[in-house]
Amino acid sequence: MSEQTLMSAAAARGPLAMEAISLSKDFRIGRGDTLHAVQDVSFNLYRGAVVALVGESGSGKSTAARLLAGQERLTSGTIRLDGKQVEVSSRGGFRRYKSEVQLVFQDPFSSLNPIHTVRYHLERPVKLHQGKDANVGQEVVSLMEQVRLTPAKQFLAKYPHELSGGQRQRVSFARALAARPRVLLADEPVSMLDVSIRLEMLNLLDDLRQRFRLAMLYITHDIASARYFADEILVMYAGEIVERGPAEEVTQVPAHPYTQLLVASAPDPDNLGSTLRAGGRRQGPATASGRPQNLDGAATQGCPFNPRCPFADDKCRREDPALMQISDTRGAACWHLDVAAPELVSRPPEGGDATTT
Amino acid sequence: MSADPAADRAIDPVGSRALDRAAHRATSAAAGPAAGSSLAGAGAPGSSPVLDIRDLSIVYRTPAGDVRAVDQVNLALGAGEVVGLAGESGSGKSTLAYGACRLLRAPALVTNGSVIYRGRRVSRPADILKMRPDELRRLRWREIAIVFQSAMNALNPVLNVRDQLLDAIHAHLKMPRDEANSRAASLLDLVGIPRSRLRSYPHELSGGMRQRVMIAMALAAEPEIIIMDEPTTALDVVVQRDILAQIVELKDTLGFSILFITHDLSLLLELADRIAVMYAGQFVEIATSDEVHREAAHPYTKGLLNSFPSLRGPRRELAGIPGSPPDLRNPPPGCPFAPRCGYARPECRDVDMRLLPVTTSRDPDHVTACPFVLPDTPAPSVASGSPAGELGT
Repeated sequence: MSEQTLMSAAAARGPLAMEAISLSKDFRIGRGDTLHAVQDVSFNLYRGAVVALVGESGSGKSTAARLLAGQERLTSGTIRLDGKQVEVSSRGGFRRYKSEVQLVFQDPFSSLNPIHTVRYHLERPVKLHQGKDANVGQEVVSLMEQVRLTPAKQFLAKYPHELSGGQRQRVSFARALAARPRVLLADEPVSMLDVSIRLEMLNLLDDLRQRFRLAMLYITHDIASARYFADEILVMYAGEIVERGPAEEVTQVPAHPYTQLLVASAPDPDNLGSTLRAGGRRQGPATASGRPQNLDGAATQGCPFNPRCPFADDKCRREDPALMQISDTRGAACWHLDVAAPELVSRPPEGGDATTT
Repeated sequence: MSADPAADRAIDPVGSRALDRAAHRATSAAAGPAAGSSLAGAGAPGSSPVLDIRDLSIVYRTPAGDVRAVDQVNLALGAGEVVGLAGESGSGKSTLAYGACRLLRAPALVTNGSVIYRGRRVSRPADILKMRPDELRRLRWREIAIVFQSAMNALNPVLNVRDQLLDAIHAHLKMPRDEANSRAASLLDLVGIPRSRLRSYPHELSGGMRQRVMIAMALAAEPEIIIMDEPTTALDVVVQRDILAQIVELKDTLGFSILFITHDLSLLLELADRIAVMYAGQFVEIATSDEVHREAAHPYTKGLLNSFPSLRGPRRELAGIPGSPPDLRNPPPGCPFAPRCGYARPECRDVDMRLLPVTTSRDPDHVTACPFVLPDTPAPSVASGSPAGELGT
């Protein structure tokens, strides 16, 4: 498959930390039905680099993160951490794995225990992961300074309900850092927060990434924030990666019709001429109302995006395209890239097996 | 930028399809038994306001003192107008909207002001804050409906969609059962949900569909005003855009006014006719969307505008707004934004937060609470502002 030859745009930042190789996850739903939540997803995380996984609700991006975090069992595929295949069958193995790979959840209102103080939330992982000889008190204070919850003393005795959303999410970050992980999986870390503090939180994450050389997976449905924050963007649709490439390229010249729809849907005040107010539906090439591919609308055969895609033809309804290489670092899974993104494939791609449909 | 040719070419076929769909919706709305008849033809924005909030103050009584959640605000909502209420969590925007409809209960207390409602169906203007319970019952949902933030919690999990819609219809309109049934079905048509979903329960619907059901319920009694409290915050961008486009379409067909509450200013710039920016219980700036976008005067508005990453154009340096809102039990003297403001100076302690006209603006009603900073005031140096800002470089 051509995606094996694709290089990650994040690779330049640092050494390889984690590899996800052909991950798949099926959920059984109801009588004999299967939901392919994640299908044949491969990507790499590098120390000090951010890879963004972008997609809508139900696209499988959170499931992918949970697979990497060891919280769901793989249906098939391999995860490698520093070159070694990950086995988390035993409890001890799971804990060791957790001290390397940490997950930050979306909702700071439900991911902290309401009956425990900030101190408890941070002391526990320090004791669990740093052993008996750790200076717990000092470590907790230094964690809070890392996430800029200062003065630390003032916050230690507080309960989650006494904190603002941003402060709660800082506690979540500090809790994840307590294990001194190498890989941080951030599942929509800012989408529940006010727009005005999102940027500050992303800046904080960026700062933590640099300071601890974290390999970071940033999951979001906001492709604009991925443009600013990530090195590489993977666009996920109905469990599959439909496009990948350097963040700036993917957002400025999206190749896959679904990525084009995502980009067109982002609020764009700089384009006031064709706004919602004018009554026009500024649509990308695909319509949004083919219903997101949750349980019912997903195409079971062919390209999963074909029911919503303006370029879909019989081939798309029959066969599911693999990632086609567009350049060294870019690929898109579409049979009709020549129509969807002619400016990208008009020149023959270097060494790639571009579509010839 | 280079994406444009592809997008332009592709928009045409789909654009016309969307229009067809809109036309279909409009006709199905008109064909429905009662829909769209009395409200067609909205008044132009700017005519005498349907809702006129004057000097409204709301406090939360706490043992530690009063929290001044809304402090002496004035806001008018014109017929057919979309007014956006922007601000951070805790700025008082929801309290303002709910207080204006008398939906708050203790410890919240309206201490001052009036809320004049001038609907086309009521004989003369009335002050909502002085209404008797039976008058309030006639006002709520029939005249002013609300789309609540979390559709997950606002819908009853043990009733199917049809029963919830019928509930809303029977509670506010006198209507035989058959007619109500077909009205429930046509309401679903209106928001683009297939009629086969009438028997579905909320947990069987996606988040976007639930929000659409909430909108259908708000439309059930053809209200003059719909208050939307962060209706799309929990949704992802594609669904969000689709629902917002639908709201605009419905507004144009049915002619109601919208008070749209959100923390996402970028959304309002596209959606609202006018935007009121709220901070710590007070308005800091009110202007048309275009003016807010081009000529924002207040430092807080400028900060909000500089908070979201843009997808198109060159990568800007983003500053965000450092710090957090003040404690409203004990607000700082003068301008409450001063501690976070890059333009702050000693005189800010004496600012009385009265809204002053921005004389240079193209919008004659453009007002700002900051007497020092004008739209063209150069941004303060980064050193005095936020330490954050590396992302955009």
